[in-house]
Amino acid sequence: MNFFLTIVLDGLIQASWLFIVALGLTLVFGVLKILNIAHGSFYALGAYVAATAVTTVAAHNLPPSLGFAAMLVCVALIASAVGLLLERGLLKMFYGRDEVVLLLVTYAVFLILEDGTKLIWGVNPIYATQPYELFGNVEFAGLYYVGYDLVLIPVSATIGFLVWFGLNRTVTGKIVLAVIHNEEMSVSMGVRVKRVYAFAFAFGVLLAGLAGALTAPKISMQPGLSSDVIILSFAIVVIGGLGSVEGAAVGAILVGLARAAAVHLMPQAELFIIYLIMAAVLMFRPEGLFKRETARRI
Amino acid sequence: MKQGLHPLVMIALVALAALFGRVLPTWTLSLATVAASNALIALGIVILARTGNVSFGQGLFYAAGGYGVALIANAWGITDAVAQMLIGALCGGLLGLAIGPLIARYSGIFFGMLTLALSMVLYGALVKTTALGGSDGFNVGRPSLFGMVFTDPREADFMLYAVSVVTTGLAGIAATILFRSELGLASLAVRENNLRVEYLGLSSNRIITINLVIAAVFAGASGALALMAQRHIDPQFAYWTTSGEFVFVAVLAGYQSVAAVFVASLALELVRSFSNLYLPNTWQLVLGVFLLGVILFLPRGIGSLWIRRRNRIGPAAAAPAAIQKEAAQ
Repeated sequence: MNFFLTIVLDGLIQASWLFIVALGLTLVFGVLKILNIAHGSFYALGAYVAATAVTTVAAHNLPPSLGFAAMLVCVALIASAVGLLLERGLLKMFYGRDEVVLLLVTYAVFLILEDGTKLIWGVNPIYATQPYELFGNVEFAGLYYVGYDLVLIPVSATIGFLVWFGLNRTVTGKIVLAVIHNEEMSVSMGVRVKRVYAFAFAFGVLLAGLAGALTAPKISMQPGLSSDVIILSFAIVVIGGLGSVEGAAVGAILVGLARAAAVHLMPQAELFIIYLIMAAVLMFRPEGLFKRETARRI
Repeated sequence: MKQGLHPLVMIALVALAALFGRVLPTWTLSLATVAASNALIALGIVILARTGNVSFGQGLFYAAGGYGVALIANAWGITDAVAQMLIGALCGGLLGLAIGPLIARYSGIFFGMLTLALSMVLYGALVKTTALGGSDGFNVGRPSLFGMVFTDPREADFMLYAVSVVTTGLAGIAATILFRSELGLASLAVRENNLRVEYLGLSSNRIITINLVIAAVFAGASGALALMAQRHIDPQFAYWTTSGEFVFVAVLAGYQSVAAVFVASLALELVRSFSNLYLPNTWQLVLGVFLLGVILFLPRGIGSLWIRRRNRIGPAAAAPAAIQKEAAQ
């Protein structure tokens, strides 16, 4: 029983940050129809910026709670700025081209950011562990957990709820949904689609950056981080259905649980179980678990 | 390649290119060997891209070819370079046959994602397989050719160069013939609109599968060539960034010309070695900027530099893309 609980909790902790990353990816795909390979790089960027913020605060002998706040604020500002700049400066040149072309453009951005982070932060692992002890250790049903890990679960759930609420219960959200549903019709109704695009992309980058910041204290930042994360989040959004918020949540939980189960039960399967699930979903439900098939014009 | 070039002329050109290796300095020789083997796999991606599907997981067949050859070579003591290349092609092709019909049903982004997922399944399995050296991989012996053993490294390099150039050259000739064939033209039609192709009585799944198997054969052979050049294999062969580089070569080349693939691959290797030499840690940055530039200014690849005049299909090709975009909504 305890063993089972360990898997579930570990899985949920994994799922919590994966969900935030995947949410950004799925939103960007929903609105802009771009499968953003550079999304993992934004995650890595968030993690690196957070590390810098945390270590700077720690160097001035300020409390780690301030470091935690500082990293969130810094990442939010930098990530939104980077997102806006990229969308307005680069992506808008390629709208109307084939989906695969946009895929390649984001691949180019991935390559550039990959070396960009290397140039700024170097190739050696960086740590930002100070905020990790912030919430102490928690005993839960005879198991000891780091409080920080457990806090991630409600944080992620809150973010998910806010995004869902924002999309479905506010006017701005309804406009975004309209653009997702039919861009041309939205334009003719007077929606400034360009603005929605810029906003949605920046928000997607912000989510990736925030996920990076939230996980920064747990991990070591080093090159290769982005390419691992993007593959995981691809798997999640493909499992859940590209462009679906609920799908991202279910996909993240599935992937998190699968990973945790594999780590505890069959460590040698840890890496490929996720891609196996993704391949299986694509085989039987290519549109993902949470998306209806759409008709296409001949 | 121009329409009128006779296959025999092309074979003569390939032979000339292989002999040209005699006068190349050593560092260019190994660079050209890598460029030729990368051109081979990129050629496969181009062939597949003519059906409108970009494979982001060509590393799957690349690794299958590499590992297949490495295992068979170590088990049976096969060191012959040509035999190894053929084994690699066979391994890649068999895997392509096994999964081709499954993934041919998908198009566009889903095709790319699925190939990527499958290559990552292989990567994950390889990393965790300690019998195959896990993430470190393992070494294989020096290749020989038709019973000749090359002890002089210069001679061995030249042999590899010749095998790679001849293999890739022959594949290139096969590809030009393919492009002019009925299947090649039908592939272009699938790219424009697969449903209409079905209405005409052709199976677009079948066309995609055949192209995929050809691409897999090329990728397997390319994996074998890369293995011979490095004499070492590790799971990185199957990682998605490896596949990404081959996609890069294919995009740079465009899908109109076979010769462009070789030029693109050589250009990539040159840029790589120079940026490694003078600007460490910026290789991917250079690559990314280069890629953006190509997509922006040469959307039909460098092949369009010399065959732009022949096919005046610029505006016509833009129209179906617009229709597809509408249909996607």
